Amino acid sequence: MSMVNKDKPLNFTFDGKAYQGFDGDTLASALLRNKVKVVGRSFKYHRPRGIMAAGTEEPNALVEIHGAGVCEPNRRATTIKLFEGLTAKSQNRTPSLAFDIYAFTDFLSPFLSAGFYYKTFMWPKAFWEKIYEPAIRRAAGLGKLIEQPDPDNYDKGFLHCDVLVIGGGPAGLLAALNAGRSGKRVILANDDFILGGRLLSDPIEIDNLTALQWVEKSVAELRSMDNVRILERTSVYGAFDHGIFGALETKTDQIGAPGARMVLWKIFAQHSILAAGATERPIAFANNDRPGIMLASAIRTYQNRFDVKCSDKTALLFNNNNALSTISDVQIDTRMGLHVTDTKGRKGLRSIQLSDGREIQTDCLAMSGGWNPNVHLTCHQRSRPVWNEAKACFVPNTDTLPDGMQVIGAANGEFTMPVVFDSVRRASEALGVNTDDHPNTQAAPYEVSAFWHVKGKKRAWVDFQNDVTAKDITLAHQEGFSSVEHVKRYTTLGMATDQGRTSNVTGLAILAEATQQSIAETGTTMFRPPYTPVPIGAFAGPHKEQHFKPTRLTPSHKYAAEIGATFVETGYWKRAQWLVRGDEKGWRDSVDREVITTRGSVGICDVSTLGKIDIQGRDAGAFLNKVYVNSFKLLKPGKCRYGLMLREDGIAKDDGTSARFSETHYVMTTTTANAVSVYRHLEFARQCLFPDMDVHLISTTEQWAQYSVAGPNARKLLEKIIDPEHDISNEAFPYMACGKVTVCGGTRARLFRLSFSGELAYEIAVPTRYGDALIRKLMEAGDEFNACIYGTEALGVMRIEKGHAAGNELNGTTTASHLGLGGFVSKKKDCIGKVLSQREGLVTEDSVRLVGFVAVNPTDKITNGAHFINDGAERTAVNDQGHMSSVAWSPELGHYIGLGFLKGGQNRKGEELWAVDFVRDNHIKVRVVSPHFVDPDGERLRV
Amino acid sequence: MRYNALQILRQGLTGHKGWKPAWRKAEPKPEYDIIIVGGGGHGLATAYYLANKFDQKRIAVVEKGWIGGGNVGRNTTIIRSNYMLHENEGFYEFSLKLWEGQEQDFNYNSMVSQRGVINLYHSDSQRDAFVRRGNAMALNGADPVLLDQAGLRKICPFLNFDNTRFPIQGGLLQPRGGTVRHDAVAWGYARGADQKGVDIIENCEVTGFIIEQGVCKGVETSRGTIKARKVGVAVAGSSSKVMALAGMRLPMESHVLQAFVSEGLKPVLPGVITYGAGHFYVSQSDKGGLVFGGDIDGYNSYAQRGNLPVVEDVCEGGVSIMPMIGKARVLRMWGGIMDMSMDGSPIIDKTHIDGLYFNGGWCYGGFKATPASGYCFAQLITTNTPHDTAKHYRMDRFTRGYMIDEKGQGAQPNMH
Amino acid sequence: MIINHPLLGPRDASEFVYLGDAKLMNRPNPKSETALQDFHDYMYLRDNPAGEHKELWFHEQGDRSWLIVTRNTISHEITHVELARPSA
Repeated sequence: MSMVNKDKPLNFTFDGKAYQGFDGDTLASALLRNKVKVVGRSFKYHRPRGIMAAGTEEPNALVEIHGAGVCEPNRRATTIKLFEGLTAKSQNRTPSLAFDIYAFTDFLSPFLSAGFYYKTFMWPKAFWEKIYEPAIRRAAGLGKLIEQPDPDNYDKGFLHCDVLVIGGGPAGLLAALNAGRSGKRVILANDDFILGGRLLSDPIEIDNLTALQWVEKSVAELRSMDNVRILERTSVYGAFDHGIFGALETKTDQIGAPGARMVLWKIFAQHSILAAGATERPIAFANNDRPGIMLASAIRTYQNRFDVKCSDKTALLFNNNNALSTISDVQIDTRMGLHVTDTKGRKGLRSIQLSDGREIQTDCLAMSGGWNPNVHLTCHQRSRPVWNEAKACFVPNTDTLPDGMQVIGAANGEFTMPVVFDSVRRASEALGVNTDDHPNTQAAPYEVSAFWHVKGKKRAWVDFQNDVTAKDITLAHQEGFSSVEHVKRYTTLGMATDQGRTSNVTGLAILAEATQQSIAETGTTMFRPPYTPVPIGAFAGPHKEQHFKPTRLTPSHKYAAEIGATFVETGYWKRAQWLVRGDEKGWRDSVDREVITTRGSVGICDVSTLGKIDIQGRDAGAFLNKVYVNSFKLLKPGKCRYGLMLREDGIAKDDGTSARFSETHYVMTTTTANAVSVYRHLEFARQCLFPDMDVHLISTTEQWAQYSVAGPNARKLLEKIIDPEHDISNEAFPYMACGKVTVCGGTRARLFRLSFSGELAYEIAVPTRYGDALIRKLMEAGDEFNACIYGTEALGVMRIEKGHAAGNELNGTTTASHLGLGGFVSKKKDCIGKVLSQREGLVTEDSVRLVGFVAVNPTDKITNGAHFINDGAERTAVNDQGHMSSVAWSPELGHYIGLGFLKGGQNRKGEELWAVDFVRDNHIKVRVVSPHFVDPDGERLRV
Repeated sequence: MRYNALQILRQGLTGHKGWKPAWRKAEPKPEYDIIIVGGGGHGLATAYYLANKFDQKRIAVVEKGWIGGGNVGRNTTIIRSNYMLHENEGFYEFSLKLWEGQEQDFNYNSMVSQRGVINLYHSDSQRDAFVRRGNAMALNGADPVLLDQAGLRKICPFLNFDNTRFPIQGGLLQPRGGTVRHDAVAWGYARGADQKGVDIIENCEVTGFIIEQGVCKGVETSRGTIKARKVGVAVAGSSSKVMALAGMRLPMESHVLQAFVSEGLKPVLPGVITYGAGHFYVSQSDKGGLVFGGDIDGYNSYAQRGNLPVVEDVCEGGVSIMPMIGKARVLRMWGGIMDMSMDGSPIIDKTHIDGLYFNGGWCYGGFKATPASGYCFAQLITTNTPHDTAKHYRMDRFTRGYMIDEKGQGAQPNMH
Repeated sequence: MIINHPLLGPRDASEFVYLGDAKLMNRPNPKSETALQDFHDYMYLRDNPAGEHKELWFHEQGDRSWLIVTRNTISHEITHVELARPSA
């Protein structure tokens, strides 16, 4: 009884030709059903290849599936669940599967031995990038990626459980049943689309039921339990730290299907039981890669599960008794000294040559070199499997398994059914769950006699996809590449899409033979995640396009958008960059107008993005003294002060103002960029450095909408908004004052008299929910002054005109002294960063200093990022004097101005030198000036 | 034996019987002039240049495992010299020039492929920072090209210009940047050093230094005592552990950096592309795999593996700028241990112990530095004076306040 | 990784921000005659063991407490977690 439904035919195409399969088929079984022999070409020699396996280990049958205008390359035909309308194509062939021009490489194979490319293509030198490499690249690669966005959606989810059972074969089913019956929260993940594992292929009686009946009964019971969740078509691809597993659930193979195509699960498991089964090994003999030479277990799978007979005459080459259940006409038992010496049939096996001289006509050879436990997940945390001589395979190292993991069944090297169930019982008992209902079954013990390789002159494939032959491995050894890792890297053994599932152990055995060591001494390679390949799109999930990262909108965003704002990304924030009014043509028109309006009348800017940290407690002042270079302890309530903050290594971290509302209450502002890191830094200082201080912190960045109102008419405008009982005259509320006020008839607000623009200016803050209303009120009230909103560009222009340092200057490498703020550092007190800021290299006379620059020829455009070179000096690195960090067109001055760091800049006012900009090809002679371009004495802001 | 096409032809016709080991499996001798601890890229390059450029004799490389098994065997193969600070740019440009002549120099095809490195920018300020960097490159003789969006579209039409969180405005291109077949670098230097008589001793772990009156006289190893007049240590990933054997504490932390390779694909990427608003960079190997990576996991680690949050972060970055790669599948992921220094820049210097030299702290810039690191270390060991391009990589720069901090993150190794 | 927060229970490590060696809590005396050297050693010469490591993590996406986590840098196993400031 097969697992395909012959009442449900499905149409599909392969390389443009129409075929029919059935529901329950994989693409591979459907192709075999239609007698399609050649399905792919190998990587290096472009040899015609057929289907070799029936599961995820398939090295040959890689195809592209097409849909929604794109294709998915390198899909294993053995894992694609057939669906109506599936369009599959072969890959890595030019122009067609039947005729591939790159097949000439097969005839050149004597010269294309392992690593040949390291020894040639070196002459002439220029040919590598132009000739050799492009040719190699075209021939290499497998499937193609279409240059179109991936149309599929991927979802993500988290799951928690007591027991994660990985694998839905007999061992996994029983383990899940035992745990489920005992009330554990169980997740059973099975990478196939039907549960049952090898029981679907190798019929055996369990509890007097047929295998399929037992599977059906077990699955039905599991489905009836609320505490058991079955994840079908879910590959557990990685075992990560602390019991976290990554798993990929495939919902459909159809590209562009509605809903999530796949779900990437993170499973948090207290315990895990690995029941991932085993993979059958091929045997290396001459021309063992022909279409029609398959794994014996795969032939049984196609026969029993899919009801596809691969051939009418099957020969069987084997070294173990497990293979005997394969229906075969000719048996070649290596244990009897027989083996295959060569084969014929380029596009499909025709005959095989036996060691006893017989030549047998057949189109199908089943091979079984024994079984390799699928130990991969046990290795993801650096446990290395150990060699078991009797079973001729690597088994998990039970001493070094990931925490909470047990391995059962074939994955643990148990290849005999009763023993498999015994291993489940042991694992279940270790979890303290009931194992009373233990199934009865019988089978002959697994017997294997290692047989890896038939020696000979011809090529015997070990890694089928990458075309690594036994000779390549011995040649690598001959050339000194004898460590396993060297062999792997030199020959590419095990580096194909199957990651050595069918090749690593055989390769290792051949290497062991060459080095005359045992396999155990030769070692093993590491298995790394993922167990089966995971689409990059699935790892990304929904975090793509606009949703790559969160978006933060300012309180005035809606209003700004309504009146023509262009927004700029500032971290996750979107801030208004400039706002177009009337027929302004370019951004410069708008920015100039915003600056002129602000300096001439009044402008409003949303500064809510600045970090705001509420600092309270008896020691709040003392705390600020520790984190700022200047003193805050003696700041009077009702006053603000500019503060500069250093990292402990003496470099400027951030700047901003802090306002003192009462003896025990300060409000700090930080730059937008550093809001998060300053808060973290403050909590570190509070909790880790000064735990005895009575101080508490909370970030209120998102609680307050804050607007800067700047310009000669700022006060007049605000007087229309702020309730009349609050006197904000220059006398009552002078420069650097702060206080609590109400606006618009009783709404609470905070007012700060701060200026970044250099004009008479205030910052007014209201609870964020009033932010939109306030900006509209402000603009309404400002109508008579022709008030405008100004964006970050105008903000930048005005701060450059004032010589204020911003992000370009506070770049994580500059000290207070570099910034010209050395005078701020209090000599009387310690603060974070003070000691290390005194280091020799940070205080030398020729260290850089922030100064201003203007072009000697006023019509020249100076550019940001230019480096300074003295007049007459050679333009090389040793003569570099510093760099330009900020540049703006000053509407007030009518020319470009710049800020920059210049070596010894404090003593070089008036000097002329070159600002060289190779990248923009713009070298300008500039003059060093004071960085305070506009109102250098700060008269405007105090009126 | 010289490697060339004719040799391949000859060997191919005679069953490849004549190929010799690329390097001898040397047994340790009791004494050498110079011992290099660490058979990775930097150690082997050092030995190669000692023997080939500085005429030193009696040299051994001791390696605890197999050569090339450290970071030279587990990186994303990128070479470039697009640094902002002259202390770095001069050195990496020297390195790039050595890469350019490497294959002919050591007669091994390490597949130096100069197909360009592009760093994307997403804002005006990022562009200006790249201009600053580009000009630093130009002042050191490198090759910066500033691309605007139109120019970038011509090279990378598949980038997501229109529907992405952080719009791509352009990029800083270094045409001479590219990739190299990383394992071949170790093998090429090993073979070249071996041909000059350098003993490459694998499976030989250093367990201690012989230090008498402040002078290093050799090393204790798992294969016995080996004496030497000079000992140079180049053991990326294990620097703190090994130098602790000499009683030294280093200004660095060890972190894990993950890297990824996809299944093989037909050629689709022009060169190396680095995201400017997320943690993602990618190139395509000659075999066709997309080789990509992002940021370090961020916690001290000596485990050569990382965790899922970074895997997801990297892939999100990739799909965000290059939506086609959603369909490419991750074949393998792995981790390497980075010695993250306190300012993000390396150390090539003498130590306070005479005759003991140290090379390390490469963060994740180590691979591209391999030739220059080896060359400069060889010069330092030979002459006791630093190479001009490496003279800033001093051990005491933190005491003296001469940090070389490209990213401006300060003494926070996981941020570099 | 999962960090077992002393107040909040097991939390995914992605909620936290890592700083490094817990000795960063022991800020030297700035008034000492050897302050410059002390601060240099404090800032730049941290513990970097292959094995057990006491380190600082900040619960940024949580209660904003700084934790001292004892974690093995080879196996990543976490054996102890405590608040940096017991009454944070």
